Amino acid sequence: MAKKIVTALAGVAALGIGVTTANADTLSDVKAKGFVQCGVNGSNLAGFGAQDSSGNWTGLDVDLCKAVAAAIFGDVSKVKYTPLSAKDRFPALQSGEIDLLSRNTTWSISRDSQLGFDFRAVNYYDGQGFMVRKELGVKSALELSGASVCVQSGTTTELNLADYFRANNMDFKPVVFEAQDEADAAYNAGRCDAYTTDASGLYSIRLKLGNPDDHMVLPEIISKEPLGPAVRQNDSRWLDIVSWSYYAMVAAEEFGITQANVDEMKGSDNPDIKRFLGEEADSTIGSDLGLPKDWAYQIVKSVGNYGESFERNVGQGSPLKIERGLNALWTKGGLQYAPPVR
Amino acid sequence: MALADTREGSGDPPKVSLFYNPKLRSYLFQALTLLFIVWVIWYAWHNAAQNLARANMTAGFGFLKSRAGFDLAQSLIIYSSDSTYLRALQVGLINTLVVAAAGIVTATIVGLLIGTGRLSHNWLISRLCTVYIEIFRNIPPLLVIFFWYLGVLALLPSIRSIFQHLEENPDAVFFISNRGIYLPAPVSEDGFVAVVVALAIGIVAAIAFTFWANARQRATGRRPPVGLINIGLIVLPPLAVFFANGMPLSFDYPVPGSFNMRGGMVIGPEFLALYLALSLYTAAFIAEIVRAGIRGVPQGQTEAAYALGLRPRATTRLVVLPQALRIIIPPLTSQYLNLIKNSSLAVAVGYADLVAVGGTILNQSGRSIEVIAIWMVVYVSISLITSLFMNWFNAKMALVER
Repeated sequence: MAKKIVTALAGVAALGIGVTTANADTLSDVKAKGFVQCGVNGSNLAGFGAQDSSGNWTGLDVDLCKAVAAAIFGDVSKVKYTPLSAKDRFPALQSGEIDLLSRNTTWSISRDSQLGFDFRAVNYYDGQGFMVRKELGVKSALELSGASVCVQSGTTTELNLADYFRANNMDFKPVVFEAQDEADAAYNAGRCDAYTTDASGLYSIRLKLGNPDDHMVLPEIISKEPLGPAVRQNDSRWLDIVSWSYYAMVAAEEFGITQANVDEMKGSDNPDIKRFLGEEADSTIGSDLGLPKDWAYQIVKSVGNYGESFERNVGQGSPLKIERGLNALWTKGGLQYAPPVR
Repeated sequence: MALADTREGSGDPPKVSLFYNPKLRSYLFQALTLLFIVWVIWYAWHNAAQNLARANMTAGFGFLKSRAGFDLAQSLIIYSSDSTYLRALQVGLINTLVVAAAGIVTATIVGLLIGTGRLSHNWLISRLCTVYIEIFRNIPPLLVIFFWYLGVLALLPSIRSIFQHLEENPDAVFFISNRGIYLPAPVSEDGFVAVVVALAIGIVAAIAFTFWANARQRATGRRPPVGLINIGLIVLPPLAVFFANGMPLSFDYPVPGSFNMRGGMVIGPEFLALYLALSLYTAAFIAEIVRAGIRGVPQGQTEAAYALGLRPRATTRLVVLPQALRIIIPPLTSQYLNLIKNSSLAVAVGYADLVAVGGTILNQSGRSIEVIAIWMVVYVSISLITSLFMNWFNAKMALVER
């Protein structure tokens, strides 16, 4: 707690005193200091933002930080990670402590306007769900009236939970924790009947519980949770770079360019692919963004395309085994869609 | 010799240049300090305003009137997700005050017992008290909270096993589970107000009787059995009214609901963990303060009292305790303030205190500066009020010099 207050105070202090740090031109700042300061999930949310046993950061959100570093510097190691709780993440971005927030953060109108952030890309389409113990015999979230529900404070989840139960004329007892780890522990100890957060998070948290097979995720998805990176408002060049770093990964999947075949694809005759990989002679796509010509090549080479990142972190190549679902390419019935690279 | 010199020179101050004039200098330095403080405040304010404007954010407390949208686990006043942020903060403030008040009372009682116990001539008691003090004084309070929450309360029977227990013992009315302690809730019916009035009259009568007894003792030297008569005055009238009115009190018993017990009263594990941890942690410090206070009264005082013919209990009450209190009260105030401030650790176990609720508001509305300002103002106010009260109490207890 003390740490969190200190972070919050530091945020305020930075707002109040450190005027010079929060520059309106983040790209110049990043280039000058030589790395991207990226805010990620501090509660070891496997698949999105977590540290492995040797301290390396992995996850879908972490891959986005790496993609931005690859686009600017051609080097994924030029990222410094700031692990953040749900509560600390916004002051950290507002104060300029981080350049980019990539921490399974829901894009909502109030965050986009009132909090002074900009969102554009959605790297994971999620929705809020419930997890319960199988022994309760509950088959639907609509049977949860009267239940104690564990939830993390300061999230959209907390608001949706209140609205959902109210809309369905059910009552519930919230058990609210500030840190996700504390909520996990309380649910595991039987303090609550149900745990609610984004469905992807439920799959990840289930694996951390004492006996994952004793728990099930209920079928209802009660909200829209488009998760994506956030940057400070009024810095459209930086917003462009962050968004296009992500779009490049989606476009690469559309083009069929993978980490393995990207060098081979450089010699492709397809003008779209040539332009995308920076092989078109007089193209200024990279420099117009303020990036090197081969920015997209560097992203795919070091991070892979969106599909590869998805499968590696949360899909079949990971313990989470989440289906692509809404996150499939638009050509395959999903919502992942990159604007044309032209 | 030196003394005489200064006396002679004091009539006419030595002539010095304006720069070395002590009076002017002191004014100058005070003015500079004031200017510096004003500049720091202005600079912080100006910068915050500038940066907020740059981030397209506005400052101000108007947001407190918006709908909160989140539910709170513990609330003693009516609150729903439709209430305002301001209402949520009030709930948090009340929760903070409740846990602080309960903690202060318990910590004082436990601290008094342990502190006097450590001075006991009984070897076992004094060692046990020493061990208690040394353990709790040397563990961070956050750890004590986690110990209670995750180490003790989380391991209590689950609600399912309570349901089973109820099937076997349908008459049970009191349950301890890992979701809290369930108790029958008293419900007052028509005529219960009369019982409360009778109790109030009894208390007033007891106070009046004590004054009368004191006056009588001064006049005649005889003291009536005040304690016994006072207990009778306080207990008997309300009891008589209670039965005369046909026992106007019923209980709302907790019964199994779909997931939790329904009805009755529940004291949640979040409150319990925080309350127990704060009380037992602070009690260790209070015990040491009490011991220091009692030790600080010279043995001669007791001996003198005995020599005057006072009995041991009267010696403690009239001679030792008033002097010990003078030593105890100032450091006790600091401990009370510590307890109040430590209650903000509530956030670790999800007790909806001022910091937890404020943190949620801070996050949902993005108003960091305003929320932190509210926190600071509220904690400063609570602490100052507590100090003021303790200072008043201290002044009352202070040595009256004649």
